Amino acid sequence: MLIRKLGYSALTASILLLSGCEGGVLDPKGQVGIDEKYLIVVATVLMLLVVIPVIGMTLYFAWRYREGREHEIYDPKWAHSTKIEVVVWLIPIVIIAILGTLTWYSTQELDPYKPLDHEHEPITIQVVSLNWKWLFIYPEQGIATVNEVVFPKDVPVEFKITSDTTMNSFFIPQLGSQIYSMAGMTTRLNLIANEAGEFDGISANYSGAGFTGMKFKAIAKDSEQDFEKWVSAVKHSPATLNDDSYAQLAKHSENNPVSYYGSVDSQMFQHVVMQFMGNMKQQDMHGEHQEHSAQMHMQAED
Amino acid sequence: MSLLGNLTLDAVPYHEPIIMVTLAVIGVIGLAIVGLITKYQKWGVLWHNWLTSVDHKRLGIMYIILALVMLIRGFSDAIMMRTQLAMATNGAAGYLPPEHYDQIFTAHGIIMIIFMAMPFMIGLMNIVLPLQIGARDVAFPFMNNLSFWLAAAGAVLINISLGLGEFAKTGWLAYPPLSEMSFSPGVGVDYYIWALQISGIGTLLTGVNFLATVFKMRAPGMKLMQMPIFTWACTWANILIVASFPILTAVLGLLTLDRYLDFHFFTNDGGGNAMMYINLFWAWGHPEVYILVLPAFGIFSEVISTFTGKRLFGYTSMVWASGAISILGFVVWLHHFFTMGSSADVNAFFGVMTMIIAIPTGVKLFNWLFTMYRGRLRITVPVLWTLGFMVTFSIGGMTGVLLAVPGADYVLHNSLFLVAHFHNTIIGGAVFGYMAGFAFWFPKATGFHLNERLGKYSFWCWQIGFYVAFMPLYVLGFLGMTRRLNHTNNPDWNIWLYIAALGAVIIFVGIVLQFVQLYVSIRDRKQNPDVDGDPWNGHTLEWSTASPPQFYNFAVLPKVHDIDAFTDMKEKGIEYQAPDEYMPIHMPRNTAAGMQIAGAAGIVGFALIWHIWWLAIVGSLGMVVALIARCYAKDVDYYVEPQEVAEIERAHLASVATVKEEAL
Repeated sequence: MLIRKLGYSALTASILLLSGCEGGVLDPKGQVGIDEKYLIVVATVLMLLVVIPVIGMTLYFAWRYREGREHEIYDPKWAHSTKIEVVVWLIPIVIIAILGTLTWYSTQELDPYKPLDHEHEPITIQVVSLNWKWLFIYPEQGIATVNEVVFPKDVPVEFKITSDTTMNSFFIPQLGSQIYSMAGMTTRLNLIANEAGEFDGISANYSGAGFTGMKFKAIAKDSEQDFEKWVSAVKHSPATLNDDSYAQLAKHSENNPVSYYGSVDSQMFQHVVMQFMGNMKQQDMHGEHQEHSAQMHMQAED
Repeated sequence: MSLLGNLTLDAVPYHEPIIMVTLAVIGVIGLAIVGLITKYQKWGVLWHNWLTSVDHKRLGIMYIILALVMLIRGFSDAIMMRTQLAMATNGAAGYLPPEHYDQIFTAHGIIMIIFMAMPFMIGLMNIVLPLQIGARDVAFPFMNNLSFWLAAAGAVLINISLGLGEFAKTGWLAYPPLSEMSFSPGVGVDYYIWALQISGIGTLLTGVNFLATVFKMRAPGMKLMQMPIFTWACTWANILIVASFPILTAVLGLLTLDRYLDFHFFTNDGGGNAMMYINLFWAWGHPEVYILVLPAFGIFSEVISTFTGKRLFGYTSMVWASGAISILGFVVWLHHFFTMGSSADVNAFFGVMTMIIAIPTGVKLFNWLFTMYRGRLRITVPVLWTLGFMVTFSIGGMTGVLLAVPGADYVLHNSLFLVAHFHNTIIGGAVFGYMAGFAFWFPKATGFHLNERLGKYSFWCWQIGFYVAFMPLYVLGFLGMTRRLNHTNNPDWNIWLYIAALGAVIIFVGIVLQFVQLYVSIRDRKQNPDVDGDPWNGHTLEWSTASPPQFYNFAVLPKVHDIDAFTDMKEKGIEYQAPDEYMPIHMPRNTAAGMQIAGAAGIVGFALIWHIWWLAIVGSLGMVVALIARCYAKDVDYYVEPQEVAEIERAHLASVATVKEEAL
């Protein structure tokens, strides 16, 4: 019992300790992250119902039945008990049945592709992982940024994510889920910030030499007005994101500073996704990118 | 095209002082070993008794030596990473630039799994399994020798990469497109491919060999459901090897085609798809972790039932629990990439399947508990490792189930939480198991005892060091630190990184103590002999043989009536009986063919890595010629005459009788 109590207090202490720390997945600032933190806590407590008694019994049995305690019963041929076997199969089955049910429903609920249940229309941000920086394109606003993504709080954001090169994972720990970025494909991620603030964003999948520096800031603005203000400020930036400037950006570089593009080729994201389809000659709508694709291909090989 | 392909003197990393010093040390140690062997004129012994041996017990010992050597290499990588991360905080660069650091974490993973854990596991299986089932050797003794040398050839290749060229900078998974020519044009990934490919084929042959052994060569009377539990655990692991290693061979083959012949299986362009590699890799990779851990579970079962002086509780449950783990192990691979964007149904299915594995694993833990119940537990070194495992693995299993919940994995995937989890299961599960098995069967394999006190010190260093090193990583995972970072800049993380580095130092002390223990035990071997071959009052047949066992294992094949066959004999009082007469024993002859074939395979690998095409052709021909020559070799076996057997057995039984009298 002592061990169990110690276990519980250690658990409580560690949860408090971790919650006290700023940043990280136990200090979520968005609904998705909050749900996930709750899920982690519930699942952990459920499992501790088995794990703590097992640890306790291990130490207790080892102590009680150690050599030299001749007054304890010694039963060398006792190796089967239907009663005990039924119980030891049933306990994990029950726990896993509960946890499995929780998993099934929470997975549907937290599906990164599922639009968030929110009165506000989501804004769309396209994300491209490059070696080794993040490009964010705002198709509705017609701007683009590097290593900084900005959106208003309390507005769902739908990220459409692809990669120009190797696989990365787009992750803002304090907002919740991550998803891989893969070349030639678009993955999706729906997040929301419940509070304004500046959050760390990272690549959570190793992608080569400059991986460590592949960080960005995710900034949740206090209101949509603040967001619009920021958008118009970016629009004043003289740089334009088109095939040429994209080719410049796609060159390998590390620890890139934040930079802005005041205007964006509206098909930019589609170009990036479709660049590897160069020699497949299918959909007409992408016919015009043939040349572009070839160019991109060369770059990837550099 | 030069005669040496892409290989030039520039391939030697002169500019890396760490590597050059390491190479110098390896060179000095190597020369010292060669010198000592020459001085004591042991080349003949080494060649005839060891390198060309087809004896499963000697091969087992060589596997474990390989594992221990590679443990040093893999652990050096580990401690370098931990010191780098402890130094490179607050934006400091540390002492390992990404160029070097990225090779280190890749090498650490591959070495620890493929060249440390696998040889350790296979070594223990080699020493113990044939003895446990009352067989004189494995089904295919020559193939067993070949398997070992293939593993060794892979290990040699990976070590050559240290001084010639580079190792992969991709992480141990070598995910494309990063591992493709376009992003990794160097020889690193090629070293990775060929080291893995060659040793993987060795492992596959081992799986086939040991399955044939348990199915065809059990002692008379031993039913499948009477096999010792370690043998059963290994059998499930071998089934997994045979079913999963071909997937690895195939996926590496496809990557090879991409890299060498410009195919497009996994490239970004040309219709390739990296997701296919990731799926295939884990279709091997997940069963692989059960290949590592199931035999360890078997070891714990043997240790617990032996040292409590009791039968194993729930033998049938244990066998089927391992079977369930093996089969389920094949339908959970997708949990390694829930974040790839599969639909919620797919993720949920794989999450739930993963959790179901916790059920048979939980049952095993309970069965060990109830084996201790009403027993008389002797707290020896193997028992300490087992108790340490039961506590540690419970935690690792729990965090594993947590990661199996997709909603939790979405924030913990690839974080240091994951790194902590799999070290928690692989160290706390597999490695602790091998250490327990090492201490448990050491007297059997060598004929003398390990120093108990140093063994306990080493255990405590490992156990405490493990918690100090890896619990902080769980915390760092929660704090949002992802894996494979070269340096950090977050003041909240620093303290945990320092603690983790301290933990690595404590484990280091544990490893040093283990080598000291080995040294002291070998030095004092005359004082601590295991004369009767049954130091722990064992249950199973391996304890009925001499220590070390005679080269033919059993003079007369034992008749088995019970799971605990040796306990059964002891109870009937028939344990050390000489038969009326001995029969000739059919034995395989030693052969150098395994070394030749694997050596040629290593040369082919090296030639392909450096694009030395003529050498690759020569090496391939060498492999084929050596194999054909072996096929036509006539003098591959011999008979041990009954008279010789009788003499050996008489001497052994006499010394057993002396010990028994002294004990009275």
